[in-house]
Amino acid sequence: MLGNLIRDKGREGRRGYTLPRSDVEKTDLKKILPENTLRKEQPRLAEVDEPTVIRHYTNLSRKNWGIDTNFYPLGSCTMKHNPRANEAAAATPGFAGLHPLQSEAQAQGALQVMHEMQGFLSEISGFPAVSLQPMAGAQGELTSIIMVAKYFEDAEDHTRTTVLIPSTAHGTNPATAAMAGFGVQEIGIDEDGCVDVEELRALADETTAALMITNPNTLGVYEKNIEEIAAILHEVGAFLYMDGANVNAIMGRMRPAEAGIDVMHFNLHKTFSTPHGGGGPGSGAIACSETLAPFRPDPVVDEEGDNYRLVRPEKSIGRLAGFHGNFGVILKAWNYTKMHGPELKDVTDMAVLNANYVRARLKGTYRVPYEGLCKHECVVQPPKGVKALDVAKGLIDHGFHPPTVYFPLVVKEVMLIEPTETESKETLDDFVGAMLQLVERSPEELYEAPVNAPTRRLDEARAARQLRARW
Amino acid sequence: MLETIGVETLDGLFADVSPKFEGELNLPPMLSEHEALADVNRLAARNVTGLPIFLGAGAYDRITPTAVGAVISRGEFLTSYTPYQPEVSQGVLQAIFEFQSVVSELTGLEISNASVYDGASAVAEAALMTARQTKRDPKVAVSAGLNPRYREVIETYRVDTVELPFDGGITDFSAVPEDVSGVFVQSPNYFGVVDDIGAASKAARETDALTVAVCDPTSLAVLEAPGNLGADVAVGEAQPLGMPLLFGGPYAGYMATRAEFVRQFPGRICGETVDMDGKLAYVLTLRAREQDIRRARATSNICTNQALTALAATVYAALMGPQGLREVAELSISKAHYLADRLNQAGFELRYPDAPFLWEFAVELPDVTRANEALLENGMVGGLDLGYGAMLIAVTEKRTKEELDAFVEVVANAG
Repeated sequence: MLGNLIRDKGREGRRGYTLPRSDVEKTDLKKILPENTLRKEQPRLAEVDEPTVIRHYTNLSRKNWGIDTNFYPLGSCTMKHNPRANEAAAATPGFAGLHPLQSEAQAQGALQVMHEMQGFLSEISGFPAVSLQPMAGAQGELTSIIMVAKYFEDAEDHTRTTVLIPSTAHGTNPATAAMAGFGVQEIGIDEDGCVDVEELRALADETTAALMITNPNTLGVYEKNIEEIAAILHEVGAFLYMDGANVNAIMGRMRPAEAGIDVMHFNLHKTFSTPHGGGGPGSGAIACSETLAPFRPDPVVDEEGDNYRLVRPEKSIGRLAGFHGNFGVILKAWNYTKMHGPELKDVTDMAVLNANYVRARLKGTYRVPYEGLCKHECVVQPPKGVKALDVAKGLIDHGFHPPTVYFPLVVKEVMLIEPTETESKETLDDFVGAMLQLVERSPEELYEAPVNAPTRRLDEARAARQLRARW
Repeated sequence: MLETIGVETLDGLFADVSPKFEGELNLPPMLSEHEALADVNRLAARNVTGLPIFLGAGAYDRITPTAVGAVISRGEFLTSYTPYQPEVSQGVLQAIFEFQSVVSELTGLEISNASVYDGASAVAEAALMTARQTKRDPKVAVSAGLNPRYREVIETYRVDTVELPFDGGITDFSAVPEDVSGVFVQSPNYFGVVDDIGAASKAARETDALTVAVCDPTSLAVLEAPGNLGADVAVGEAQPLGMPLLFGGPYAGYMATRAEFVRQFPGRICGETVDMDGKLAYVLTLRAREQDIRRARATSNICTNQALTALAATVYAALMGPQGLREVAELSISKAHYLADRLNQAGFELRYPDAPFLWEFAVELPDVTRANEALLENGMVGGLDLGYGAMLIAVTEKRTKEELDAFVEVVANAG
């Protein structure tokens, strides 16, 4: 019987691709390489033909949901439609075939794209300086915090040992601070879900390097005291970093630099519609103030006369990518920005409208822990006695990808819903309808869900206990 | 919708936002798809592409089977996210499992992760991992044989490096300092030379450090698996496995290690399990190492991997199979050696004449800048100027004898 993996579908000697015939004499490996460096056993890779490969991966894809197949309101992930024009842009041979080490003169088109994208992000954020190099949001965070660390090293200020992080933060924030060599101090939230300003005032001192804030935060709430928070940090000589996971809520409505933020990252794969690809590649571009600009990664793109050049910022932290970051993703985001222009504000408006609408419709049946407006995403809790996980799995049977559940950690049984602007009212109404129906079902019935998915619920403990991570 | 929400205008949805941006974003006016793509093509034409490329140094101009693109443009893969809901993510999960399997097979190491951002970040993550595993300060031994860009990224990740002697194209591992957490060996190294992973491993074991081998995955079709040569961690750039050059990314970094080190291993790992009905399925596992659970004590802040490009590598490996991958390596080696011999005959010395190399080598030229200019005038993208009268040349299976002969002729005439 055929097994499930591509390798199980092969036969010895079968091939999926024919390479060009050699037009030079074959080099005898034994003559050019020491015996002990030669491979003794060939790797056990699949031996399959092209039809088998295509069928195998097409069938695998059918066991997978994406935005293309289902509504995917995964909170803090901004699962908006991925326009195919972006894909066409990145597939253009004049970009796809460009080697990263070709001279600046040979790469003017690519450098222009990067320079323009730096300008777009600068305009959207209000910051004078941008780096496109970080290859994911988490690396954008790391870049920002290492820049802060370098700033203090450069200033010979050795007292800065701590990064403050709100309890609502993404897990990447504390992990990033630790990677950059800082201690982490958690800071609580007030009754509105915002950073507790009094606690911040008590904690911020000359040991504070930065506060990492997400705005709007992971409860979908705009940090109402953002300017005061910035002022408190600046008073003690610390920086305010903004996690830009949620920029889809503020573009054209608020510019982080004007709120006193010093450095932030963007998720081009969220806000700027580049596909998430099953978990990457993304891009985590950063934007920062004049003060931090000299510390940006090497290189950034500058314009000199009619030419674009790669330059190393004066006090650069160095490089984070082998080359220029995920250029293909940057190119897609650039194309997206050009296809919206100043109307990016409408993107924000529709994203916020959709999230508030879903919340308003769920309210009453679902608990809404934080009243007031939400931004591009909202948190709700199922009625007492119903588990968020069960609702999530039940949604699958209705054809909806579940929202984020059990995050942020500060709310029990939480569901974090981010509809995005690319969904219609009809889709939202269907989703709300399913959400409302699900809480009517008995816990026993819900526990069985999903029944209409490629698999039932999994034994996750077994995967760790009997680790098998390869064929 | 506004009525359901209970606000009167769209502006009302932003009543809580302060400071407000009241102006209009100063961005170029909105373009239609047709206009935007015309701009894409206009700028693409400002790049020099479509010529034979002799640049390598970490990114290679290899043949990508058309079927790779067909698979990774499937919307179900393209537009999904991290498989947090495994019931509807079995496609991505199994693809990761297969990617891990390919990496384990090539490297001879039991555990692989779902990929990291690129080769450079894989190297940096490995450097941090050696410190956690050995409980030493992050400090690793490297030589000039390690791609200098990788070394820079290690240092950006706040790991110290100490330099090992590099002589005749290979690293001298005879005097590794005792306090390092890791010993790095790239093979083939930055200059294309097959370096000594066994010697690195022997030196590392004497000081209880970890050996990290940095390997081009294509080379592992013909070279001994690093795991069999004593490497504790193998990492590298998966770009040669079916990813376009695309000015440096997105690519994918691969990482593999021994089972005993899995708790300190960064990144996502997909494992096999069963569902409620006992049906085989895949799920992200050993999640307690990761940032969303362990927060400040996680093995890394890494969250996403490069799932889509890792899928490209997986499909590439399936299409090639062990024999095809070996052919890619052998074709490249034969063509590179043909070119090296021809350059030699034309009077140019290899920088490391006695060192064993695969498809990349450094050759000494009187004027590298001029040679590259002449190559471009003749419709070729030359090699990397190493800055000291040497050019680093990469030859892949794509290059034809005609191109190689033309290369020699142009370089010889350039003086």
